[in-house]
Amino acid sequence: MELTIEVVVFAVFAIITLAGALGVVLARNLFRAALLLLVSLFGVAGLFVLLAAPFLAAVQVLLYMGGIAILIIFGVMLTRGMVQARQVMNSQWDLAAVIALVTFVILMIVIVQVAQGEGAPLPSLPRGDVAADSIAQLGAALVDPAQYVLPFEVASVLLAGALIGAVYIAREDEAE
Amino acid sequence: MVKDALIQAGMNIGWATFIDLLLGVIVAASFGMVWVLLGIWIERKWAGRFQNRIGPNRVGPYGSIQSVADALKLLTKEVIIPRNADRPVYFLAPVLVVASVILIAAVIPFSPVVIGTDLSIGILYVMAVSSIGAIGIMMAGWGSNNKYALLGAFRVVAQLISYEVPTVLSAMIPVMIAGTLSMQGLVHGQHVWFIVSAPVAAVLFFIASQAELGRAPFDLLEAESELVAGFNIEYSGMAFAMFYLAEFMHSFFVAILFSVLFLGGWRGPGAEQIPFLGIVYLFIKSILVYFVSVWLRLTVPRVRIDQLLNLNWKFLVPLAMIYVIFMAFVLKIAPVPDLSGAQAIAAGPYEGVASGIYRLLGPDFVATLPQAGVLLLANVLFVVVAAAVLREVSRRRRMRVEDLVDETDYSGAGGAGGYTPADHSETAAAR
Repeated sequence: MELTIEVVVFAVFAIITLAGALGVVLARNLFRAALLLLVSLFGVAGLFVLLAAPFLAAVQVLLYMGGIAILIIFGVMLTRGMVQARQVMNSQWDLAAVIALVTFVILMIVIVQVAQGEGAPLPSLPRGDVAADSIAQLGAALVDPAQYVLPFEVASVLLAGALIGAVYIAREDEAE
Repeated sequence: MVKDALIQAGMNIGWATFIDLLLGVIVAASFGMVWVLLGIWIERKWAGRFQNRIGPNRVGPYGSIQSVADALKLLTKEVIIPRNADRPVYFLAPVLVVASVILIAAVIPFSPVVIGTDLSIGILYVMAVSSIGAIGIMMAGWGSNNKYALLGAFRVVAQLISYEVPTVLSAMIPVMIAGTLSMQGLVHGQHVWFIVSAPVAAVLFFIASQAELGRAPFDLLEAESELVAGFNIEYSGMAFAMFYLAEFMHSFFVAILFSVLFLGGWRGPGAEQIPFLGIVYLFIKSILVYFVSVWLRLTVPRVRIDQLLNLNWKFLVPLAMIYVIFMAFVLKIAPVPDLSGAQAIAAGPYEGVASGIYRLLGPDFVATLPQAGVLLLANVLFVVVAAAVLREVSRRRRMRVEDLVDETDYSGAGGAGGYTPADHSETAAAR
């Protein structure tokens, strides 16, 4: 393979993602583990940019790093007793290992099939430059009845339900 | 330029592009740093005047190189590390905070041609990278192993994450009007400044972004009277200077962002022909916005943390959400500016006054006026209705408080808040 700048950048972000993920499971300090999760998520954002999907990259940083990961860190900081894990493995490690292995095998089968052109054909996309108005297309597709408006609305209803449920659970019992 | 020279020298095109871009990045990143040295001096001079003193006046003419002296001092100072600090986290925190601010510089459109990179997701990118700063502040709070720093870090989550919501929602209005996320696109689409078409969004954005900055009256992260110095209490020397630098740069970048979103960015007479004029216009606008921000910072007392969160979740967020929905409807109704027609009219055989107006303000400006007018009227309507609702809500709340007062026994001395029984029997009768 020729050493182009894309390959180098891909390698850098892949290493960041994998090293961060490894760090998450190996770190004994929960706070550091949460920070390493951020590193891993950042690597994924970089890979999105490399795939010419800047919108996904920005959403990844804004929601996963700026929102979800910060909430995780906040949770870790508020539970001081749990910060220092005594051992890296817990009692469920064997089950977790099996699940991880199965997931890995399934993903590899799919990837190899696609790479060899077998299995279900991917929707044929023109190779090369992504359209300049890809974000406008994405926005239109999300509210187009023929495309993704149903999943979009289902997701919104689900989120609204989760919000209301959270408020109901969290609110203090009122005096009767 | 650099790229061509490198390719001539026999370098791979990919690498040449990389080095070319790298140089651009260095220039864009250094701009902020250099500007800070001047900007801090300006702000301290303003602060001096607001507080009836002179401000820095010893180093250089009018104290203008005071910041350089301060920077040198901070560089040579010892960086003291608390013994139980989490060292990697402690040292990475200021780096992350500064980086998150400098990254914004990449998409600021200084003029029609001077821009780091005109990302198609421009404004979303700005929101995304500024949210990284919160992580840095949390790392600082945690890594210092200090209770005040940790309390400051807790407040970061409460404040920065909450205020991100109204900031993003109000920044969506210019995006909706211009129909693009790209920063250059926002400026190009702004024939009439968006502060005219959407003044409510401008005010919301200004308030929310001040809170995002963590500056007074929203400087709960480092409230001196409550948290000693907040999240950066254990930092000294250059490590502290980096937080200071980041805060200053961020507040100026937010002023630039406000100018780009609502004040037409680099737009101004002749800016399209002479790009340098665009930079000048943008800086004049930004400094004006920055002045208002500093003015607020120096004259308004700090809010309490519960007031801060109430203001956000019970006022700004609902208002911004209703406003976004309202503006979406109004934009559907408002006449869409016909820019091609305007160009034709400008080129057409108009004589005298009409032609003069077209030439002075630009044909696109005139073509956009109807839309801007409808939007402005809608905004005025929105403010009137919102004010009426707010008045009604607070009147109800006051009445509830008065009801509570009614039930209180005043047989003791004085009564609460100067109320006498005669007083509130009167108010009850009036009701």
